[in-house]
Amino acid sequence: MSEKRIIPIVMPKWGLSMAEGKLASWLMKDGDSVKAGDQLLEVETDKIAGAVEASEGGVLRRRIGQEDTIYPIKTLIGVVADADVPDADIDAFVGSYVVPAAEEGEEEEAGPRYEFAGTAAGRLRYIKRGSGDNTVLLIHGFGGDLDNWLFNADALAEGATVYALDLPGHGQSTKKVDEPTVAGLAKAVLSFMDTVKIDKAHLVGHSMGGAIAIEVARQAKPRVKSVTLISSAGLGPDINIDYIDGFVTSASRRDLKPVLENLFADSGLVSRQMVDDLLKYKRLDGVGDALTALKNGVFAGGRQAALLADALAASGVPALVIWGAEDKIVPAAHATAAKGAKVEIIEGAGHMVQMEQAGRVNGLIKVMIGS
Amino acid sequence: MARKISMRQALNEALDQEMARDPRVFVMGEDIVGGMGGDGEKDAWGGVLGVTKGLYAKYGDRLLDTPLSESAYIGAAVGAAACGMRPVAELMFIDFMGVCFDEIFNQAAKFKYMFGGKAETPVVIRTMIGGGFRAAAQHSQVLTPLFTHIPGLKVVVPSNAYDAKGLLIQSIRDNDPVIFCEHKNLYGLETDVPQESYAIPFGEANVVREGKHVTIVTYGMMVHRALDAAAALAKDKVECEVIDLRTLSPIDWDTVLESVENTGRLVCVDEAHPRCSIASDVSAKVSQEIFKALKAGIQMVTSPHTPVPFSPSLEDIYLPSADKIATAVRKTMAN
Repeated sequence: MSEKRIIPIVMPKWGLSMAEGKLASWLMKDGDSVKAGDQLLEVETDKIAGAVEASEGGVLRRRIGQEDTIYPIKTLIGVVADADVPDADIDAFVGSYVVPAAEEGEEEEAGPRYEFAGTAAGRLRYIKRGSGDNTVLLIHGFGGDLDNWLFNADALAEGATVYALDLPGHGQSTKKVDEPTVAGLAKAVLSFMDTVKIDKAHLVGHSMGGAIAIEVARQAKPRVKSVTLISSAGLGPDINIDYIDGFVTSASRRDLKPVLENLFADSGLVSRQMVDDLLKYKRLDGVGDALTALKNGVFAGGRQAALLADALAASGVPALVIWGAEDKIVPAAHATAAKGAKVEIIEGAGHMVQMEQAGRVNGLIKVMIGS
Repeated sequence: MARKISMRQALNEALDQEMARDPRVFVMGEDIVGGMGGDGEKDAWGGVLGVTKGLYAKYGDRLLDTPLSESAYIGAAVGAAACGMRPVAELMFIDFMGVCFDEIFNQAAKFKYMFGGKAETPVVIRTMIGGGFRAAAQHSQVLTPLFTHIPGLKVVVPSNAYDAKGLLIQSIRDNDPVIFCEHKNLYGLETDVPQESYAIPFGEANVVREGKHVTIVTYGMMVHRALDAAAALAKDKVECEVIDLRTLSPIDWDTVLESVENTGRLVCVDEAHPRCSIASDVSAKVSQEIFKALKAGIQMVTSPHTPVPFSPSLEDIYLPSADKIATAVRKTMAN
C-alpha cells in the first residue's frame, strides 16, 4: 500500500488545554521537498505561536489548511508524501481522512489530565508521556511550570518515556519549599524520582532547572544518564536580577507583561493568555512567599549562589549545553564554563529557547538521549 | 485547572477556605442556615440561593441566622468588625440596603477617617444585584453607584466564578468595608477555578477580549452581553476590546485610559440607571483625561431611568442587550 508513504499534517495539540489553533502562515509551497524537522507552517494559539515541523521527509503535496483560519486540533491541514505517490492516492487519502480526535480525545478527557505524586518534598504535579526504558525528566526554571515544555514533551516522547514535573512552590505543586536552594530542589527531584520509580534518567533542565539537574548528578550520579542544560543557571555568577525581582513583585498585567518580554527574543510571543495564566499562579496562597524564599536562596545578593561547573566536570556525566543567543536572563557566555560539554548556541532565540526554537532543541535532545 | 465549578460553588468555597484559615471570620444573614419553621441543619436553605449551603455543618455557630432586621444585623456586623472580627454579612438583595445606610455610610465607611486612621472595619456585605430574574422593581436593581459615591467603601462585582472566589477572599482579608455584589443570573455559570486559595487584588480590571477599534467598559452580568456583542461585531471586522472592571471602588483608571488611547472609541455599558452611574463616571473620566484621543462621541448603554418592570417582555426590553451594545459600537464607528 502506498498509504504508508502518505503523511498527514494535522493541527497540533500543544498542552492539555489546547482545543484549536490558527494556521497563521505556510512556510513552504506545494511541491517543496521536505526533510524531517523542517518547519512547514506557523500556528498561533491563545497561549503561544510556534512552527509545525515535518515528522518525516518527502514532498509537500497538499496545503489543505487556509492561512488565517482556525482549525480544531488533529484536523488534516496538509499532506507530505513521496514524489512518486500518484495524485489520485493523495485525493483518496484526503477524502477518506477521519479525525482520530473523538476516541482519543474522550479518553484524555476521562482520564487524569495531570498526575500528582505524594513525595517527601510534598505533593508534586507531573505529566508522563510516551513509553520505553529510556526515560527523560524535564525540570523547569524559576517561576516556571511543566507547561514550559509544551513544544518538547510530546516530541521527545516519540522515542522515550518523558516526565515533566512542577517543582515545589511552582505550578500546581505544593507551595511549601522546605529548602529554597538549588541543593534543596535537587533533593525534591530525587524524592520525585523515588516516588514515581524512575531509577535512572536523562535530565533536561531549563534555567534554574539546569542547575538542579547538575546538582542531582552531583548528589546521585548513578541515577543520571546525561544532563541537557538549556539557558542554564549554575554555570556562572550573573543573573538578570531585575527580571527576578520584577517577576516576584508584579501583581498586574501591566507590570508583569514587560517583565515577561525579557524571556523571548521575539517579545510578541508574550500573549495575553500567558500573562493571565502567570497572574493566576502568582495569586495562589503561598506563591509569593515561595518565590521570595527561592529568590533569596538561589539568587542571594543578585548573584547565582550555586556555581556548579566544576561539579559537572567532576561528575563525568555527559552534558549538552543549549543557549538562546539573545538570552536576557542568564548570559549565553556562561556556556563556555561547561568544560567537555557539547555546546549549541541558537540564533534568534532568547531565554525560552526550548519554546522559540523547539524543533532545533528537540532534535539536539533526541541525539543526546539516543532516541 | 481542569475543574469547572459554578459561581455559587466558588463563593461557597471562598467562605469555607477563609473560615478554615481564620477563626475571626463568621457569616451572618437571613436564612443562611435554615428557613423559618425549618428543621435547622437538616433542611437548611444555605441562603436564599444556596451560597452558604453546607457551611453550618462544618462551622456551626459561626453561621448566625438573623432576624428580618437588616439595620440590626448590619450594625452588629460593622461593630464586630470594628472590634477585631471579620464578619461576612449577607444582605439578600441590594434593594434592601436602604434601611442600613447609616450603619454603612456614616459608621463603617467613616471609622478609619474619623478615628485618625486607627480604626479598621473589615466587614464584607454580600448582596445580590441585577435584573432578568423576573423579581420586579424591589428585587432587581443594580444600585452600585450609590456605594461608589461613598468614600471609604470598596465595591466589588465579579463576572465569573474564578473572579468571584478570588475577589471574595480578598474582600475578607481586606481591612476596609466591602460591598460585594453578586448578579443573580451568574450563580450557575461555570468556569475553571483552582481548588487552592487565592486572592485577586482590588483595582485590577480584566481585559477579557482584546481589540483595536472600540473599547467597551463594563462589569458584572453586562460583561457577557458585551462579549456577545463583540463576537457578533467581529464578523463585520469590528474588533472590540472588552474591559471587565471587576472592582468599581477602587477603579482601574489606567487600564481604561490606556485602552481608549489605543482605540479612540468608548462604549460604557452599565445595568444600573443612566444618571450618575458607573457608565457616566467612566465617560467623564475619559473625556477629562484623554479627550484628544477620542475619535467619536462616547456612547452609553444602560437601563432606562425607570423602575425595573415586572412584565417579562418589558424587562427584556428594559435591560441592555448584545444588540443594543452592538448598535452603540456601530454608532461610534460611523464617525
